[in-house]
Amino acid sequence: MRKSMLSNPALVVKDLSVNFRDNHSTIHALENISFNVQAREFVCFLGPSGSGKTTLLRVIANLIQPTSGAVEFTFDHQPKIGMVFQQPNLMAWRSVLENIKLPLELENVDKDIANQKANELIQLVGLKGFENSLPRDLSGGMAQRVGIARALIHDPDLLLLDEPFASLDAITRERMWMELSNICQAKQKTVVMVTHSINESLFLADRVLVLTQRPGKIKLDVEVNLPRPRQEEMRYTNQFGELAKKLRSAIE
Amino acid sequence: MKTSLSRLLTLLSILLFIPLWELIVRVSDLPKFILPSPLDVWTRFIKALNDGSLLFHTSITFVEVLLGLLAGTLFATIVGYMLAKSRTLEKILSPYLVASQAIPIVAIAPLLVIWLGDGILSKVVICALIVFFPVLVNTIVGVRAVSIPLYDLMNSLRATRLQILFKLEIPASLPVLLGGLRIGATLSVIGAIVGELVDAEQGLGFLLQLGDFQYDTSMVFVAVFMLIALALILYGMVTLLERKFIK
Repeated sequence: MRKSMLSNPALVVKDLSVNFRDNHSTIHALENISFNVQAREFVCFLGPSGSGKTTLLRVIANLIQPTSGAVEFTFDHQPKIGMVFQQPNLMAWRSVLENIKLPLELENVDKDIANQKANELIQLVGLKGFENSLPRDLSGGMAQRVGIARALIHDPDLLLLDEPFASLDAITRERMWMELSNICQAKQKTVVMVTHSINESLFLADRVLVLTQRPGKIKLDVEVNLPRPRQEEMRYTNQFGELAKKLRSAIE
Repeated sequence: MKTSLSRLLTLLSILLFIPLWELIVRVSDLPKFILPSPLDVWTRFIKALNDGSLLFHTSITFVEVLLGLLAGTLFATIVGYMLAKSRTLEKILSPYLVASQAIPIVAIAPLLVIWLGDGILSKVVICALIVFFPVLVNTIVGVRAVSIPLYDLMNSLRATRLQILFKLEIPASLPVLLGGLRIGATLSVIGAIVGELVDAEQGLGFLLQLGDFQYDTSMVFVAVFMLIALALILYGMVTLLERKFIK
């Protein structure tokens, strides 16, 4: 199922360039990036550090303005965005439940409905019993799960993941891949994720785009036609190995 | 167990203070107008309490302190927030702010009394001025320390300016803000007394000066103890706020 062949894009990025002004010099972070993301597609950007991956997500999230080019959504409303950051990025003074409810609070959703949705997500990300804990009492993996639940609660049109598992240990990270994969399957989300891990991208994505070193350009666009649900053992298949090799050689 | 023990120690140190004081009075054998005994002060306290003068003057000072603290804090948090948000504004205003701190409040208190009269207003303004700077500095530090990724989070969720203020900036900087209020609360008591000592017809500072002029040293002691009580009450109020709002 080559989803990108279907012409139902949720997100269209056209000729996107981003420059940053330093004191004296100009840094070209991204140069002429164009791509589409289909509805319910999981797209992963892979690239070395300094390839402008995070900048790309920040432009899509409307946190920074591009120097030229455009990001267009094909929704009939302002797209709702759920973002997961490199660090859990939780509010230290709010409990797990209150942190997860934040996006609904900003939308002035009724309290009872918000509590109910938050409790469902707490169940989904496996944090039952920690509703009233404060972020300082959570492990790194648990905190990141709160971040994921918070990004999902307002039923966003687009999920943006910025190396969400980079700060976790290997075992926790792989468990989180499984969980995220299941959640995205269940919730049918459109996802754009950036990472520098080949394994992570192949485990999660429908499509992987490789960015070059700064200024970031798209070097490779690969379909990941590995069967879902993806399993741990999949990593030892030839198909996986070939894809990984292809991606590896594209990364400088 | 441990907290009750430390409370006992605090109580013990207060209780030991009075006999020690009595002992010094007896050994030194100083006249009453130089060093009154605890009993003299207690008798004076009861007398002032019964004729109503003590409560009257204390409440005047308390109102001055509270209004000054409120006005100073309100003004300082608003200005502090604007300074935290705008480096330009900070550059323009900082010379005046630093200069204002170089002038001791004692030096401008007489001016303020001349301009604003010897009533409550001049004292409230003096309190507000003395409270202003520490609260201002803490507001700037607190607001600047708000984590930038949390702003990204709020913006990615399309939070409004007001939502960012109430859901992020205020709760995030509250611990530092209350720290400033704690310093301000005790300074405010000093401000009121400085103002009253310059010129006043009422308040604990007035009572203090009256006792001094009349060689009624016991009265001076009573006034000082009431000031301590005021400062402790204010300090306790800030601590209650911290307990309520900070997890």
